[in-house]
Amino acid sequence: MVEVSSLLDIGYLISATLFIFGIKMLGSPKTAPKGNMYGALGMFVAVIVTVLKMQLSDGGIEGWMWILLGLGLGAAIGYWMATTVEMTGMPELVALFNGFGGAASALVALSEALKVYTSETYEIASPIFQVYHLIPILAIGASALVGWMTLTGSLVAMFKLKGGFTIPFTKKWVRFPTWGPSWLNYVKSGLFLTGLIMILMTLNDPGNLGLIYGIVGVSCVLGILFVLPIGGADMPVVVSLLNSLSGIAAAFTGFVVGNTVLIIAGSMVGAAGLILTFIMCKAMNRELFDVLFKAFGGSAKESLTRTKVGSDPEEVAMVLDGISKCIIVPGYGMAVSQSQHLVKEFADILEENDVDVSYAIHPVAGRMPGHMNVLLAEANVPYEKLIEMDEINSEFSECDVALVIGANDTVNPAARSGEGPLGGMPIIDADKAGVVVIIKRSLSVGYAGVDNDLFYEDKTMMLFGDGKKMMTELNSALKEL
Amino acid sequence: MSEVLGIFMTLEGFILSLTVFALAIFLGFELISKVPPTLHTPLMSGANAISGISIVGALLAANSGEANTATILAFFAIVLATINVVGGFLVTNRMLQMIRGKKRGGN
Repeated sequence: MVEVSSLLDIGYLISATLFIFGIKMLGSPKTAPKGNMYGALGMFVAVIVTVLKMQLSDGGIEGWMWILLGLGLGAAIGYWMATTVEMTGMPELVALFNGFGGAASALVALSEALKVYTSETYEIASPIFQVYHLIPILAIGASALVGWMTLTGSLVAMFKLKGGFTIPFTKKWVRFPTWGPSWLNYVKSGLFLTGLIMILMTLNDPGNLGLIYGIVGVSCVLGILFVLPIGGADMPVVVSLLNSLSGIAAAFTGFVVGNTVLIIAGSMVGAAGLILTFIMCKAMNRELFDVLFKAFGGSAKESLTRTKVGSDPEEVAMVLDGISKCIIVPGYGMAVSQSQHLVKEFADILEENDVDVSYAIHPVAGRMPGHMNVLLAEANVPYEKLIEMDEINSEFSECDVALVIGANDTVNPAARSGEGPLGGMPIIDADKAGVVVIIKRSLSVGYAGVDNDLFYEDKTMMLFGDGKKMMTELNSALKEL
Repeated sequence: MSEVLGIFMTLEGFILSLTVFALAIFLGFELISKVPPTLHTPLMSGANAISGISIVGALLAANSGEANTATILAFFAIVLATINVVGGFLVTNRMLQMIRGKKRGGN
């Protein structure tokens, strides 16, 4: 039976190949759905091969109950979460899933650690002992360090994407803090070094479970401190980096259990995730180092001393009467208020009156790249109407009205000055339009914590209120004209 | 020597694994070059689902007749990894359907 079991390793090769094609195809719009399918198929093959291999090994599968129960429960929860989540909650869910992946790797490492440490395998004095036998021990420590950090980091990222959380048993909503004085970086470096030293110590003392729990603790704290100082606007980059880390954790776990497909898929995702992180940073015109180690926004709240008189929807409707070009600039506020269908209705009304309507999509509008695209697609906005920032910015000078709905930092002219938290971030040139209509709940600052001069300009009309309510009123005011 | 050591019983096994590890990292670096912003999130989500490959490690670790702490930890690892895998691929699919739907919406 040993031969059959070894032949089954070909299945892992097939699975790895499917992953390679899957990731490759996910990078292009035409092939992406197929790429995702390939990835899923690869995973299915890997699971089947593993189960078969275990069954064919000496003694067969002893833990059927655990395996079937675990797979069933996980599949049911995963299915339920993925199918019931609102489109707006998608980014949080990706962060949460990522945390689970990291936790799974870390748990496997811990489980193996308990097994190894309770057996008498690691007798360094044993005559057959070789230095490379320490590799799994090293991998257990490394997997724990990366895996637990991925879990706690992803959880913090998830709450940051949500903006806050409700305290259990009360209905009090707490905004998730962003906190990180510059000395915190030394604490983080110190913790990381401590983790590494503890991993090296496990080599000398492989029977010491206290060291492993120490690594787990250090890693959990490190994950929290790592994400805590980073502002919500940079969360997509952080989630992408954590995704890379969860891949690396899986690869280390591969070294723990001695399985090639784990090593291949894990390190591949780790590397590809890192590249994607750089691509996303580039789209936001940010340096990865700055994102991670220079606290960005959220912490410094500027007190608002200026005021602006709000307009009402009838007034705005009158301004919109008889214009020829309108550009809609959506932001996270549109996602939160679920007003994408009303935005589409607004565009339809204008188009009936021969107004040229298009949408300006900032690369980081919303909480994830592509967030706005997905939401507007849900509202049946034609693909060609969604225009990326670089292409549409030149059109604002000939645009009569720019409607900004729930966006703030991405239209803040302060970014052009090159200073402050927003400095250097490319923005949508909404301020170049003839009239700027902004739908927003208040004058409060955005994620970056920077006041927005655009709000106070004479040509700006503020509609204060919930996106959905304001769009409804604006649409009915337009119809009455 | 326990089963845990697996392929690392021999120096050859270890070197081979290290080779695979290094080559897969290079492959990962080359795999993605230019990705349109629309696809950043689906790609991240899809790659994240693939990193749920630790499900294989979890299955191997759970293969024990005894209900000790190690097995229970491995059981939770299976649950979490399966959520990551099943949920990850489904959510990616949902996102991609929307992007595709938007192209059809152009009619």
